Amino acid sequence: MRLLLREAFMTFRRAPLLSALSITTIGFSLYAVGLFALVAVNLREALRIVEQRVEVVAYLLRGTPAETIAQASQDIAAFPEVQRVTFVSEDEALKRARAELVEFRDAYRDLSVNPLPASLEIQLKDGFRDAQHTAAVADRLRGYGFIDDIRYGREWIEKLDRLRNIAGVVGLTIGLAFAAVAVVIIGVTIRITVLQRASEISIMRLVGATNGFIRGPFLVEGAIKGLLGGMVAILLSYGTYLLFRGQIELATSGIVFLKSAQLALGIVFGVAIGLGGSLVSVGRHLRNV
Amino acid sequence: MIRFHHVSKDYPKGVALKDVSLHIAKGEFVFLTGHSGAGKSTMLKLMYGALRPTVGDVRVSGFNIGTLTPSEIPRLRRRLGIVFQDFRLLEDRTAEENIAFALEVTGARADAIPARVMRALTQVGLAAKAHAYPQELSGGEQQRVAIARALINDPTILLADEPTGNLDERATRGVFQLIREINATGTCVVMATHDLDLVKQTTYRTVEIRDGSVVFDSGQDDADAEEEMA
Repeated sequence: MRLLLREAFMTFRRAPLLSALSITTIGFSLYAVGLFALVAVNLREALRIVEQRVEVVAYLLRGTPAETIAQASQDIAAFPEVQRVTFVSEDEALKRARAELVEFRDAYRDLSVNPLPASLEIQLKDGFRDAQHTAAVADRLRGYGFIDDIRYGREWIEKLDRLRNIAGVVGLTIGLAFAAVAVVIIGVTIRITVLQRASEISIMRLVGATNGFIRGPFLVEGAIKGLLGGMVAILLSYGTYLLFRGQIELATSGIVFLKSAQLALGIVFGVAIGLGGSLVSVGRHLRNV
Repeated sequence: MIRFHHVSKDYPKGVALKDVSLHIAKGEFVFLTGHSGAGKSTMLKLMYGALRPTVGDVRVSGFNIGTLTPSEIPRLRRRLGIVFQDFRLLEDRTAEENIAFALEVTGARADAIPARVMRALTQVGLAAKAHAYPQELSGGEQQRVAIARALINDPTILLADEPTGNLDERATRGVFQLIREINATGTCVVMATHDLDLVKQTTYRTVEIRDGSVVFDSGQDDADAEEEMA
């Protein structure tokens, strides 16, 4: 074990430039992936915030008894898609209209009769805020006789659906492409370091080193480079995040950074490529002599 | 110790060995001579398992080279010492570290390594240069380090591929003398060379290869003769 680590660290000491270069290369390759992840995560976050506004509003017939409404509210709240049902009385509706619709304030001021109906505002659970589920909930609501009209911005939700699908497909494709490019670049980088030590590998073989013994230090070295490269990428990504944090606003909040689990995944990805690249590169040399 | 039985070796470009049969006994010293490309190196490579015979049977120190498994290759090589014309030392390690390396890869006990390395360096007359890097040593000295490395695991067979090919006359004499001393302790030596002056100095068995065939064997006994006829 001691020998393994000594041999692995020896490369860093004896070829510091090449080692630094390969760590930087790995770092920047993963940085590209990280940047993309940052964009993807924030896009999703923005979509999530927008999605929270998806709701179905059921306007009630005038004169519906309070008990009926209370009972229906309970029933509707029990729908699997429904997160919360809020009853908005006629007076509340008017109060809101006065507060929110500033342009019509005058029109709403001296009304002898409140023209606004009472309503049930139905928020859907995460995962059900798409066109299909929203329409299904609306259909079921139509079964209640006291419900006059149902609004849920069908077109808007359908657009949101399309946006979500496009973001998903594009994100996956570009993400995979970035990851593939990173794998290739890191693989080539590690191959160069192994190539530089091809003669060393053949000498090890000649003096009777087992393949496992030869592989060991290269794997440790590759893993360390992947780890350091991953950390470089995180630092660069975080720097970029800090740079843009004050400047870009999402719907309601600033941009977010990757979660620690996602960062850990990035590091694991770096280490895995380091290990894999070393394994493949050394394997080629082990077949000779 | 080493036995070739009707061995042929084909390369994609052509034939390297044609129906070679040869037996080398324990403790023997054998010269392999012949022009460049005659097949000397191919024979040595077959002996240390870097190549496999296309036809025939090669046995070295109890290992069947034709059916060598990946795990057997290191075990075979630990019984052999191998020396090359170009020394093949690790440039970024001192003489001492180069030799210790060969012990470390075999999993030798760490505390026993320094003493064994020093003994080997003393044996090849380089104890004073233990901390020198290969580029600080002359060709002859580098080859001595390579020989010390080859000896460190107490091999029963020393394979030397043109060990004096890159050396001047004085260094050649020194290295050759060292190899003879190693043979005198009972180690079987197979030395490929095209330095005929060296060959003529001694009465060691000489096997001459030409175009992949054995054309002369000064030590051929009756048994081998029969094999040749068969």
